[in-house]
Amino acid sequence: MKQLVILSGKGGTGKTTLSAAFSKLAANHIIADCDVDAADLFILLKPNVKKELPFYGGKKATINNDACSQCGLCAEVCRFEAIKDLSVDEVLCEGCGFCYRVCPDNAIDFEKVISGNLYDSTTNDDIKFLHAKLFPGEGNSGKLVTEIKKKASEFFLHNGERNKWFIVDGPPGIGCPVNASLTGADIALLITEPTLSGLHDLKRIILLIQSFHIPAVVVINKYDLNANIAKEIEEYIRSVHIPLIGKIPFDEKVVYALQQEKSILEYPESKAAQEIITVWNSLQL
Amino acid sequence: MKIAITSTGQSTDSFVSEIFGRCSYFIVFDDQTKNTKAIVNSAENMEHGAGPKAAQIIINDDVKVVLTGAVGGNAEEVLKKAGIKIITGLKSSMKITEAVDYYFANKQE
Amino acid sequence: MIISIASGKGGTGKTTIAVSLALSLQHSVYVDCDVEEPNGHILLKPNISSQRYVTKKFPKIDLVKCTFCGKCSEFCEFNAIVVLKSDVMIIESLCHGCGVCSYFCPEHAIEEIEKNTGVIRKGNVQSGAIDFIDGVLNIGETHGAQLIRHVKKEIIPDQINIIDAPPGTSCSMVAAVKDSDFCILVTESTPFGLNDLELAVQVVRSLGIPFTVIINKYDETFMALDMYCQTENIPVLLKIPFDRTIAEYYSQGIPLIDALPRFKETFRHVFDNIQAILQMHELGVTKQR
Repeated sequence: MKQLVILSGKGGTGKTTLSAAFSKLAANHIIADCDVDAADLFILLKPNVKKELPFYGGKKATINNDACSQCGLCAEVCRFEAIKDLSVDEVLCEGCGFCYRVCPDNAIDFEKVISGNLYDSTTNDDIKFLHAKLFPGEGNSGKLVTEIKKKASEFFLHNGERNKWFIVDGPPGIGCPVNASLTGADIALLITEPTLSGLHDLKRIILLIQSFHIPAVVVINKYDLNANIAKEIEEYIRSVHIPLIGKIPFDEKVVYALQQEKSILEYPESKAAQEIITVWNSLQL
Repeated sequence: MKIAITSTGQSTDSFVSEIFGRCSYFIVFDDQTKNTKAIVNSAENMEHGAGPKAAQIIINDDVKVVLTGAVGGNAEEVLKKAGIKIITGLKSSMKITEAVDYYFANKQE
Repeated sequence: MIISIASGKGGTGKTTIAVSLALSLQHSVYVDCDVEEPNGHILLKPNISSQRYVTKKFPKIDLVKCTFCGKCSEFCEFNAIVVLKSDVMIIESLCHGCGVCSYFCPEHAIEEIEKNTGVIRKGNVQSGAIDFIDGVLNIGETHGAQLIRHVKKEIIPDQINIIDAPPGTSCSMVAAVKDSDFCILVTESTPFGLNDLELAVQVVRSLGIPFTVIINKYDETFMALDMYCQTENIPVLLKIPFDRTIAEYYSQGIPLIDALPRFKETFRHVFDNIQAILQMHELGVTKQR
């Protein structure tokens, strides 16, 4: 079983569209949406949720005003400006426990809080689909991404070598959830766009992936929007020994398909669909 | 010398857990006393830093070799610094007993 | 005044909108808070005149005083400390710089030093018409929110500050958008755009910040989006139809207003509308009193 993680650095380059297309093409596989911040894959995969599990994120401190003697020591030690007027700001609280440990009145509760849900589902093609959603405003945590991967692991345990691919739709950026989505990855597919921003962000994610020692491949989406920058991208990735395995042309059908909540593959005449199939086939090698 | 294997359960009949930091248990086998024991991995449900915390657990138990599926970057750094040998690539279809046998059959002195 | 530009979904055009707004005004301050992947500098091409490193506190263990008791490791909520037989490891990317280990070490063996997490750059665009500020997070650093808070301290009080927020709805976005006077949520005419807009609306409402929507890559045939905004009574200040040439200009790093000057007027109107909405809000508050 190979774990394929789809990342980009920059948001909006087409990770989710590609993940959904791969899910249609792959025979034996499971798929996970690890973009827990703005989870969209479910829109295309139309899951039947089999299990909904609450997700406990980090700990947060709360002040019990009845026990509090208002000494203010908590606010003094808090490095994150999370305590004002003897009340903890849930969003600013980083869960370090300093206030909880110094409070002379034991007036602070320090507990794990539910910050989202994890869903164990199957797609309309009966494929195992793991996804999650963080409550808005919650801390982006690698833990939820790792939980998703663990559930996938448990599934593989019982279904063994029947599954060839574990496809992971990754988050944008280079932060903690991206790190978590890369753990255990066998190959990272970076989908980028021929814009200066796309190239800039691609370089940053490549640096991160190199530090993980994970083999990477690149696909340029909407490549004909700017042939010059597409070429620049090709030259750059060649210089860092990362292969280019696809150039998907800009195709209005892609947006159209998305608006119908359908996979682009349902429009086989689409040039984008054809290239995606070529990319998938080259991954099988 | 003790070896630890990341496990989904407490017995040697349990299956290997593939992710080092997030396994449910460590099964520790002592090749001198031939005893095995299970240690709960309290890092399993931690929000961040499960890898390093899990590493701390096996360091505290004087383990010299760890067998698992994959180890994340942070945990790898810690284990290396502590001089613990890391063997990766174990699959979740393998049982703990098989992993132990595999180690002793393949280890080089 | 502080106007933040945010979006649930990445790639909808936050930076395009933020930069356009900044360029349409006589004077503004552009503040790029997308510290993981800052792109404003690509469009604005600022003259960077100063930069300063941002640091977080980081523990340093005195191995002579240390008895390897392990208390620091026990107390660390982020599992950033591992105590070995005769050494202590601190895992940089996990450390939040909270100070707990140093405070509670029984041997006082932990001092705190400063470790670099990123950089804040300042400069100007078009010889001063726009003051430029951005934050760039070091690769491998996982906490953008802290750097974002530092970047926002550079806001210039009596100017029109335009904050380009990171995509998504997590704590980084909240850190960027918090305490702004107004928020523009940028979306696109797709189901992804709509789904993520709904999430972003939840966050902005919970923060109590007045907001409107701008629909980029607008397609009138995707009616669900317009209907959502109507049902929720969310004013849509601008709809930019999908236009391949706009995408092509963006790809070259050319700001919309430079490529298509008619948009300068358009964005000036957007700003005027925002001011009008804010004034109405103020009046509303006064009336309630």
